[in-house]
Amino acid sequence: MNPEVVELATDAMSTAETVLFWIVAPIMVASASALIFAKRAVYAAVCMATTMICLAVLYVALDAPFLGVAQVVVYTGAVMMLFVFVLMLVGVDVADSFAETIRGQRLATVVFSLGLAVVLAGAVLRATLPNPVGIPESESGGNPGAVAEAIFTDYPFTLELVGTLLVVAALGAVVMTHRTRLTPKRTQRELSIARFKAGTQLTPLPAPGVYAGRNAVDVPAIDAAGRSLPASVPEAVRSRGQVRQVTAFEQPALQLESPEPAESASSAEPTEPAEPTEPAEPVSPAEPTEPAEPTEPADPAKPTEPTEPAEPAEPNEGGES
Amino acid sequence: MTLYLVLATVLFVIGATTVLVRRGAIIMFMGIELMLNAANLAFVAFARQNGDVGGQVIAFFVMVVAAAEVVVGLAIIVALFRARRTVSADDENLLRH
Repeated sequence: MNPEVVELATDAMSTAETVLFWIVAPIMVASASALIFAKRAVYAAVCMATTMICLAVLYVALDAPFLGVAQVVVYTGAVMMLFVFVLMLVGVDVADSFAETIRGQRLATVVFSLGLAVVLAGAVLRATLPNPVGIPESESGGNPGAVAEAIFTDYPFTLELVGTLLVVAALGAVVMTHRTRLTPKRTQRELSIARFKAGTQLTPLPAPGVYAGRNAVDVPAIDAAGRSLPASVPEAVRSRGQVRQVTAFEQPALQLESPEPAESASSAEPTEPAEPTEPAEPVSPAEPTEPAEPTEPADPAKPTEPTEPAEPAEPNEGGES
Repeated sequence: MTLYLVLATVLFVIGATTVLVRRGAIIMFMGIELMLNAANLAFVAFARQNGDVGGQVIAFFVMVVAAAEVVVGLAIIVALFRARRTVSADDENLLRH
């Protein structure tokens, strides 16, 4: 640490610039470290976009307004959008695993990172920088004009190379994501026959919340027999374990599994509609593991026997099993 | 100027650590982008230091190349996901499928 060097360099910046830097830089570092620590990739992407915007601010402060604008347009506009797009394509519900697959890798990484930081910071801090000269501007165009002048007079060949690179990259992306069809396309008729042969659900899946106490996406629908249908909740919500169990007719889906089907038959009393006062009751998010089959119809032949209304009094049963 | 260089250093180290620690291909890729941006920041800072637009020009070219790289890289990730149903770097252990 060479304090006088830092002071000298800071003196070269105006006070306003220093204040701006000390506001923006911590934000940048904090949101960049989200890349390391964020559990979900979407959070990391949003933090990355924040970093990019802050970087654009710093570019403007560094006499590079053209690059600042280009940064916002190219990085936050195009690149991060692409990232989020692919993230959605690949599946947002997949949380990154933090399990260490190579033994000692994390420790080695920390050591390596610290070493890299020390080396780079040493090189940066030991350098003695004279007062910055400042960017010359072209007479007509300001900073964009100066950059354009440099690009088109000094580096025209590089520019052409880069243009070729962009075309090739776009073609490469098309080729790589293209999928040749190996089998003939199945017609609607064949699909329909296959579906009937398989004997699975023929109709569209029920919408979430139908006949349930509320119509939010995470509340399973209730069928005519009063059973809740976990298949009606979208797959993404289910795989995150966010299915709520708020049923109008007090029929937790767990009871479908219980050995006595008589108990699982609904009381079919539309009394007490839903009682939103006892909300949520997130009965064990382990439930969505039981998949899309509301088959095993729990004897709809004798759905009556309104003996005991399926005992809503012990919701902690779900917590145990 | 030293402040900017220190910031660029910190960002670069964070990006490198991300690539080493994380397993998800997309997040590793974002770490690479962060490293490129840190280098860009250093270029722009040096451009002002030396009074030469060349630093900004090369930062511009880096930006374009990074955009091309993102296009190809994300295409690879999508192709991997199609073949393997996962984008975790631990599970990609074959060059063909």
